Amino acid sequence: MIRFEAVRRQYGSVAALAGLDLEIHEGELVALLGPSGCGKTTALRILGGFDRPTSGRVLVDGRDVTDVPPNKRDMGMVFQAYSLFPNMDARSNVAFGLRMRGRDKASRLKRADELLELVGLSEVADRYAHQLSGGQQQRVAIARALAIEPKVLLLDEPLSALDARVRAQLRAEIRSLQQRLGITTLFVTHDQSEALSMADRVGVMQAGRLEQLDTPENVYRRPATAFTAEFVGAMNRLPGRLGDGGQVQVLGQRLSAINANGHQPGAAVEALLRPEAIGLFPDSAGAGEVTQRTFLGSAVRFEVTLDGGQRVLVESSSHDTELAVGARVGVRILAESVAIAAPGEAAPPEAVAALA
Amino acid sequence: MGRPRLWRVVILVAALIYFFGPLVASIKYSLIQANGSYSLGNYAQILSNGALRSSMFTSLEIAGIAAVAVVALMLPTVVLVRLRLPQLTLLVEGVTILPIVVPPIVIAAGLAHLQGSAPEWLVRLWFNHPLPALTPVYVVLAMPFTYRALDTGVRAIDLRTLVDASRSLGASWFTTLTRVILPNVETAVLGAMFLTIALCLGEVVIATIMLYVTLPVQMIQVGAASPGISVAISILSFLFVFVLLFLLSFLAGRRRGSSSVRVI
Repeated sequence: MIRFEAVRRQYGSVAALAGLDLEIHEGELVALLGPSGCGKTTALRILGGFDRPTSGRVLVDGRDVTDVPPNKRDMGMVFQAYSLFPNMDARSNVAFGLRMRGRDKASRLKRADELLELVGLSEVADRYAHQLSGGQQQRVAIARALAIEPKVLLLDEPLSALDARVRAQLRAEIRSLQQRLGITTLFVTHDQSEALSMADRVGVMQAGRLEQLDTPENVYRRPATAFTAEFVGAMNRLPGRLGDGGQVQVLGQRLSAINANGHQPGAAVEALLRPEAIGLFPDSAGAGEVTQRTFLGSAVRFEVTLDGGQRVLVESSSHDTELAVGARVGVRILAESVAIAAPGEAAPPEAVAALA
Repeated sequence: MGRPRLWRVVILVAALIYFFGPLVASIKYSLIQANGSYSLGNYAQILSNGALRSSMFTSLEIAGIAAVAVVALMLPTVVLVRLRLPQLTLLVEGVTILPIVVPPIVIAAGLAHLQGSAPEWLVRLWFNHPLPALTPVYVVLAMPFTYRALDTGVRAIDLRTLVDASRSLGASWFTTLTRVILPNVETAVLGAMFLTIALCLGEVVIATIMLYVTLPVQMIQVGAASPGISVAISILSFLFVFVLLFLLSFLAGRRRGSSSVRVI
């Protein structure tokens, strides 16, 4: 089990980590998700021993490893950049860690071949990094990290340099490998779909702090903080006015506000709506115009600019694909109840929870 | 395509004459005897001349040790500056260029002063033989070239990622330097070593002032009396450096060659 206890990392006046407390259970895959500069990579590097906390400590299986150098930590790491040693072929790369542990040549080469087979790359064992594709290089890097049978696997955005198709495939492969081997894993990413689809628990980070650590479903459906609510998944903020009895007027529709308490009747508010909670229909006299259209495969994402200049993100299933950029559309809120927030203020998370 | 081809031939021939003309002339000069016949007499004299032979070995020893010492000293420095102390980059670049800025004659004068004022045991230990006396000086003199050659090599690789990968797999700093960094900056290391060897085989100012008889100093002395032998020595040292260069780049190329089936 891994434990970060009040870990701070200060770079000059900037706190990359502002007191991180985090527990990762045995065999679990935890993804740290957040915008760049949120401290997720710093946390990973501190766990790997590549960086030292300014204060606080890191425990692995109850042992304080804060001052243990990386070569004594028994952690396998896969990097964002291609990291295979260019002077060695794939097999020697995988066997490198075992060589450092004094294993004899025959047994380490045998083990390297087993691991290359595990990642489906037996046929390229004799090739050098420059003869492998990006996806193959990252697979070999995973085999290399696993070869030393590490206590912990560290993944530092290992998929971000790959193209979309390979990324999706490797994502699934890494997850199934991790589950099969039951290896405790810390995964750092800025890609929320990666974090949500792979992790047992997702830790959302902002400004050096953990905002929420929960299952992917809960992070999306029941965000604990305003930041999580708006960072995970897209969120529209549409202007509205609160009426009597918890009713709110948005885009000409009357909806019930989930969290009307705390707001004065008649007050200007903003309704918070996920893109999938809004629908579009072609209407030449409609209130908006499609200004961007992105085909996502199973769905289409539209950006609609309303006549008042307000932009709305709408995601809908493929049958609406005939709507092209420039088409006049009507906008309809599909949800019956919405969360509201004062204009420009963070959304109350418990309210956002009801939206998804 | 007649004209471009003709031009290529002209340029090639001009280049060949430029490079090999003096060399062929030197070889001819080193072989010709007073009576107009050709023989290997000058070369035989080098081998039989004890003073020449010993100065040659001295210079080769100095060159070999200095080349290894330069890499052993500068490669960790370059890596340390890149990884841990990037704020010192400018300072280190400035310091390493000093040996060019300070003329050799000044360095020699400083050494002579040190030789005169140092305690006797130190003088005996350090200045009694050209090897301990000149090798450290040549290592410093080679610094401006070697630092830049190694720095360029290290810049070309993803140093931090390779080091982190190696460390996380259990390698010590020493192993990381020798098994991961060194093989991947091989060309730069060889370049740095050649520059050092060439410098050691050509430096005369400091050696002369400090009264050490190294190969280039001996060549000047012999050349004054019998120019034929002096030219024969320079041909031999040219051949030596050429063979060394060829051997090392062949060895380096063969290792990479096995992996360079790039079209896949």
